[in-house]
Amino acid sequence: MSRFNDDNLRLAKEIIGRYPKARSATIPLLHLAQQQEGHLSDEAMAHVAELVGATPAEVLGTASFYEMFKFEPVGRYLINICGTMSCALGGSDELLAHAEKVLGVKVGGTTADGLFTLERAECQAACTEAPNMQVNYRHCHRMTNELFDRLVDDLRSGRRDGDIPAHGTLARVRQQIPAERAVGPAALDDRGAPAWLPAKEVGG
Amino acid sequence: MSSYRWAAGYIDDGDRPKIVTSRFHLEDSYTLERYLATGGYQALRHALARTPAEVHDEVRGATVLGRGGAGFPAGTKWGLMPADKYPRYLVVNGDESEPGTYKDRLLMELDPHQLIEGSLIAAYAVGLAQVFLYIRGEMPLAHERVATALNEAYVAGYVGKNILGTDFSVDIVLHWGAGAYVVGEETALIESLEGKRGEPRLKPPYFPAAIGLYGQPTIVNNVETLSNLPWIMANGAAEYVRIGTETSPGTRMVAVSGHVERPGVFEIVNGTTTFRDLIYGDDFCRGIRNGNQLKAFVPGGGSAPWFTAEQLDLPFEGKLVGAAGSMLGSGAIMVMDHTTDIPAAALTLTRFYAHESCGQCTPCREGGTWLERVLQRVVDGRGTSADLAQMKEIGTSICPGEFPHASSSRHGLDATPFPYKMTTICFVGPSAYAPVHSALTLFPEEFAARVRDRVQIPVTAVQ
Ligand SMILES: Cc1cc2nc3c(=O)[nH]c(=O)nc-3n(C[C@H](O)[C@H](O)[C@H](O)COP(=O)(O)O)c2cc1C
Ligand code: SF4
Repeated sequence: MSRFNDDNLRLAKEIIGRYPKARSATIPLLHLAQQQEGHLSDEAMAHVAELVGATPAEVLGTASFYEMFKFEPVGRYLINICGTMSCALGGSDELLAHAEKVLGVKVGGTTADGLFTLERAECQAACTEAPNMQVNYRHCHRMTNELFDRLVDDLRSGRRDGDIPAHGTLARVRQQIPAERAVGPAALDDRGAPAWLPAKEVGG
Repeated sequence: MSSYRWAAGYIDDGDRPKIVTSRFHLEDSYTLERYLATGGYQALRHALARTPAEVHDEVRGATVLGRGGAGFPAGTKWGLMPADKYPRYLVVNGDESEPGTYKDRLLMELDPHQLIEGSLIAAYAVGLAQVFLYIRGEMPLAHERVATALNEAYVAGYVGKNILGTDFSVDIVLHWGAGAYVVGEETALIESLEGKRGEPRLKPPYFPAAIGLYGQPTIVNNVETLSNLPWIMANGAAEYVRIGTETSPGTRMVAVSGHVERPGVFEIVNGTTTFRDLIYGDDFCRGIRNGNQLKAFVPGGGSAPWFTAEQLDLPFEGKLVGAAGSMLGSGAIMVMDHTTDIPAAALTLTRFYAHESCGQCTPCREGGTWLERVLQRVVDGRGTSADLAQMKEIGTSICPGEFPHASSSRHGLDATPFPYKMTTICFVGPSAYAPVHSALTLFPEEFAARVRDRVQIPVTAVQ
């Protein structure tokens, strides 16, 4: 659908400028594209490729490796229910079955109103709080059927808009490196030891 | 108080030394203001007042074992970089995704400045020209907290050009992943940071210290490992090694999940705390839920071979646990009570590793998929005894020779110690087999019954 808009293009260039090689910015830029559109379109990936100096095929090759990048539109809320051991021991199969019933879709499906996509996910680094799920990657600990129902209601009515942005937006705070404080990327052709390292101590 | 609303899962009951979780009880622990008020960035000042070599020696002297899984001492690893090759990089591994592991996310969300300070100490000690802090994609809160902390630290002069008015200058760039477990493997992390698919690199070289990011010397360290450094610089290696044991000094963060009364994340004394303490201790998990019996536990993350009650008195010490047939890995214990359906529980892990295979190695890509399918069939009650033999055969194609396992007096088995041989580039392949092998070895009767009776039982049986 779209290339980066002006604001995001500026941001993209700023991000690229932090790395010794532009291609390192591929994943952050793909996230930015997904934030703009909710998923990754061919045109967006071609724009990323152009910016990082790779071919569109290379960018697609990278993007397709990672679970979080979606090539088709998903619901405004992506619900990931963890199914790995700790959560399974804590009853995640039941939670998943409940979610399928309440949303009226199977795993992988999106509700007709385009609000919810349901996925089964792997370990979410919250194992003591089983069963876990995430909405747009925001953790929801110790879920029960009742908590799930309430969450879905809240999301439908927009009551969680303040803390759960639409799919594609991950962090709402970005790193900002003030120009006067920035060292800049450690260039590959700068072969010298850093200033603070006395030559005699080289190699540690 | 022992647990905190803002630190889900963290429990600090009892009188344990705190090295990395000392601010977790404070609601605003992640702010620069609180960090400075509680001694923050003093360790960096100490470090900068000494030579880089002295700082490196202090870290070497503390023998901080890597907390990412392999347990290699950080100071020694730093010393593996070739002399005279620059620039050198630091990649902070914040990709936490090993099943059962829950600590790095807390450290990033609750004490991001501690991690930043630790990274700066590492960079100063061995001349790392740029730091990349790689956070798992599915952790937006950690990302926001670390981004905010970095923004504050830059403005305050702790990160960037001429730190604290010295000639020490380094940028810390926040980077993040996009969902792929295998990217946690350090060479895959580097590939990913180069903008590529996160596929582990062929070994050797075994460490990226010589040839890492962009082919340059690179240190990859885990979030918890680096979070120890401010305390070590502030208090000295001598104080650090007074905690824990000679081979496993300091503390460790451990998550205990599954069928215990009180699952939690604890900072424990390394080397001496036993699995019994952790699972049954009043200050820890307070026993198995509902007064049930312990059936088995995974001692070191989903990749680790399983233990049973016979191994409860082992301390959290790498060599002893290795000799007993498993590993400590990433500080993650998953507990199964007597109601657990063992084949189904094993499937939740094998499915994970099969799903997360990057596909480079045939034994992992094909073997993992087949293990999952065959085990699923057995769990569904459609398996045969030939399936059990086939799973072992597939396992042998991934790990030739005897696979490590715990002793079991019930089955007259002695332990087969760690490690195993493997035909794959990384540990994902063997990890798909580990739960199957443990389950088959320690609970053969459950498989025999399953293929005989062909009944179907839910993953979690009645409580
Ligand atoms: C498949 C696989 C996944 C891994 N995942 C992680 C991880 O999520 N976080 C981590 O710190 N180390 C992980 N490791 C270990 C890293 O390869 C590496 O040993 C570690 O980050 C080094 O840091 P340390 O020495 O401070 O522990 C993983 C290893 C393998 C083989
Ligand atoms: S063992 Fe599996 S995950 Fe690891 S490199 Fe080989 S195919 Fe990839």
